[in-house]
Amino acid sequence: MDTLGLIGIASIITAGITIAIGSIGPALGEGKAVAQALHSIAQQPDEANVITRTLFVGLAMIESTAIYCFVVSMILIFANPFWNYFIRKVGG
Amino acid sequence: MKISPDTVILWQWGVFKINATIAFTWGIMVFLTIGSWLVTRKLSTGTSLSRWQNLLEILVKGMYDQIRAISRRESYQYLPFVGTLFLFVMVANLLTIFPFYEPPTGSLSTTVGLALCVFVATPFFGILEGGARAYFSSYTKPALFMLPLNIIGEISRTIALAVRLFGNIMSGSMIAAILLSVIPLVFPVIMQALGLITGLVQAYIFAVLAMVYIASATQAHKKKSIDNSPVSSGNDSRVIPHLKRGGEGGFSDTEKGGK
Repeated sequence: MDTLGLIGIASIITAGITIAIGSIGPALGEGKAVAQALHSIAQQPDEANVITRTLFVGLAMIESTAIYCFVVSMILIFANPFWNYFIRKVGG
Repeated sequence: MKISPDTVILWQWGVFKINATIAFTWGIMVFLTIGSWLVTRKLSTGTSLSRWQNLLEILVKGMYDQIRAISRRESYQYLPFVGTLFLFVMVANLLTIFPFYEPPTGSLSTTVGLALCVFVATPFFGILEGGARAYFSSYTKPALFMLPLNIIGEISRTIALAVRLFGNIMSGSMIAAILLSVIPLVFPVIMQALGLITGLVQAYIFAVLAMVYIASATQAHKKKSIDNSPVSSGNDSRVIPHLKRGGEGGFSDTEKGGK
């Protein structure tokens, strides 16, 4: 098999694995965070505003790890530097 | 399939290009500026006010309340910067309901630019607050060997700020594009509505994180803080003067009304 085919296979498989594994951790983390926040709001409804704001900021922090994985997989599929390099080499 | 609106080039002259990101950013700037100018041209301090003035008052008062709750002090110092960030990102994300509009926040250039503004503003406000010496010595605060870690943390959270906004908005438009080719009938509309919620939440998070960073830079050497309990947050003495209309009947009662 030629180099381009190997790069294509490796990129697509890696992109899928990246987003699959990379979304497990943030999903578990966000689930725990939301459960704990609901628990806290049920105990202290007066503090719901502060808890909700802190929860949103925390969720954004947790979610950013999944977003990084998503960006990496998008780069692998749509803007792969190795793929572009070898295409240019074959073309020119 | 395009990954960002940077690749859509509208006009080119030599090396100067105007792509969709720049054009839509200018559009949003014009929209915000002209809109605010039209509304604030004739403000009323009486009991009757136009609906647009009402909208702007609610926006400014809401942003001010959030900033006060995070920074825990009465100050208009951060409202122009953080409020502008919030309004720009919010308008950029919410205009996606119009067809042929590409959100400029879906381009990494825009979000890196916004994050760099936060990166510069954080030490700026910190130095303004306690002086350059106090600010830079806070980098070595627990111990001297924490200096490189603090600097790395400063840079990495700026990158995280940029990539988070870019990734969220880009994934929204990309999911819509993929769904259009798979289930073109109704389902993309639902995902588009979800994208609106995501855009609004991301604008809020961007502004809140910027405020949190600024507050952490300024609060280290400032002991004066206001009481931030939700009971007392409604009756502060120093609210925006023209918003304090009608005393107890103003906006400041809405918070206490929910209790």
